[in-house]
Order: sequence, then C-alpha cells, then structure tokens
Amino acid sequence: MATIVVEVMLKPEILDPQGQAVAAALPRLGFTFATAVRQGKRFEIEVAGTPSAEQLAEVEKAAETLLSNPVIETFVVKVEA
Amino acid sequence: MRIGVVTFPGSLDDSSALRAIRLAGGTPVPLFHASDDLKEVQAVVLPGGFSYGDYLRCGAISRFAPIMSSIIIAAEHGFPVLGICNGFQILCESHLLPGALTRNQGLHFVCTDQPLTVENNSTPWTSGYSKGDRLVIPIKNGEGSFQASVETLRELESEGRVVLRYADSNPNGSKNDIAGITNARGNVVGVMPHPEQAIEDLTGPSTDGLTFFTSVLHSLVGR
Repeated sequence: MATIVVEVMLKPEILDPQGQAVAAALPRLGFTFATAVRQGKRFEIEVAGTPSAEQLAEVEKAAETLLSNPVIETFVVKVEA
Repeated sequence: MRIGVVTFPGSLDDSSALRAIRLAGGTPVPLFHASDDLKEVQAVVLPGGFSYGDYLRCGAISRFAPIMSSIIIAAEHGFPVLGICNGFQILCESHLLPGALTRNQGLHFVCTDQPLTVENNSTPWTSGYSKGDRLVIPIKNGEGSFQASVETLRELESEGRVVLRYADSNPNGSKNDIAGITNARGNVVGVMPHPEQAIEDLTGPSTDGLTFFTSVLHSLVGR
C-alpha cells in the first residue's frame, strides 16, 4: 500500500489572510522565527500496491480538476511509502 | 415566465430567491441538484448558502452536481444564469465565469448593507438599471474576495464585464472593488451581494434588488 500526497498552495500573488493571521499569532506565543506564513492543504490518497505512472497521471488530473483551483492555486503530487 | 432556483445540499437562500421571482411577477420553479432536469425554465438562479458545507473550496463540489451539467450546456447557448454569493462561487468553479472568490481580507465574515454601483446594464439581469445607479444590497459572506490574474482583470475591465462594484469602501479585498461580473456573452452573471434580500421594505435595507428579477423577465419577453 502506498500513499499519494497532493499538496495544494495558494499562488504567491494571491492574498492569504489565514497565513497572515498565523504569522501574527506566532510572536504572541514567543515564537519570533517567522517572517511570513502561507497556509495550504494536504491530501493523503491511499492506493493498493505501488502507484503506476497511469495512476499518478490520473491523480494529477484529479488535482487539477477537483483538489485545486488552477486560477488561484498550485499543487504538487508525491508518493510516500 | 418560468425561472428556476437550484437547491444544493447546504443552500440557504433558495426560498428567498424563489420568493423574489414570484414578487417580480415570474413563476418560480424549484430545481434539485441531483437531477439534470431543468423543467423547461427560461432562466436559472444559483442561490446563496454553503453548498456541500463549503468543503474543499466554496462551490468546488457543487460544480459536479448533475443539474450543473445541464446548466453549463444551456449557459453556453445563451441561457440566462444568475449566481448569487455561493452561486457566484459555483459559476467560477464551473469556469462559466473567470476568477475565483477567496477568503475575505481580514478574515471576517462580513454581513452588512453594502453600497454598490451598477457598471453594466446590458445583461439580462441588470437591464432595468441605469449605468451608475447606486444600490444598497446586503452582503453576507466569508469568502467574497474576488481574485483574478492581471490579464483577466484587464479583459474584464476593457470589455465592460464588471457588473457591480463596491462603492464607498471595499469590504473584503476584492480586486478592483469587483462585486459582480458577467461572461463574454453577457448571459451569465455572478454577484456577491444578495439582491433577493433587498426586495421589500419590511425585510430589506431597500428594494434595489428586485430589479435583477424584473430585468430578466423583461429580457425574456423581448426574445
């Protein structure tokens, strides 16, 4: 069994108020390391066996049509054991 | 004149939209997301609410509802479609309208009587207004910030496809103060404000919204 991970992030030019809110909250807790925070989504998709190239191509297609909105977001697909 | 209103799981303003159509003099027809039957309506409204709980992204899952496949085909042939709030989000996710609605700047859910300016009165939904008309219509959303690429914004502006603009102040960080847009053909309109909530003195801040519904009835008669 393998897990295909799809990570979706807002494009850099799209305002991310949630990330900004997190960045503003960190120093209030004493964490002063962050200059900026962007928040995204992670999907873990389980498949039987080792994913084939065709399966990965299908996941790419699903990521483009449903999991992300290409108007405002980018995504990456990776396989985790 | 039969005007349909689609109910998705999580729609909130479907009954208000049906009522607005009736008060404007049309015959409201309830449509259901799980059927692809448009029941011979001549125009359709996608109402506000939180369809599918806004899971994934607002409107992202509704886009794949059976009724949407019929609406997308009809819209491409000039059928009038109005998306209000969540309906606007669904139209963007369906690629019937460009751009996307994202989390409000400042993260607040904004619920207020919003001043607006009419920018385009050549759509079937806004033909009863004059260009430059000032309206007050409620907005109520958490993800109403209109975002699009620089090229898309330039195209919308140069082709006069901005339908409504926020007046006085921008409540959510929308690019170019955009509150509503239309497609290239002009039959599909998406607006974040809720015209169906501004149709009677008793319950709304104005009756400015009723003209959306009387406009479409007049445009259908003129066909």
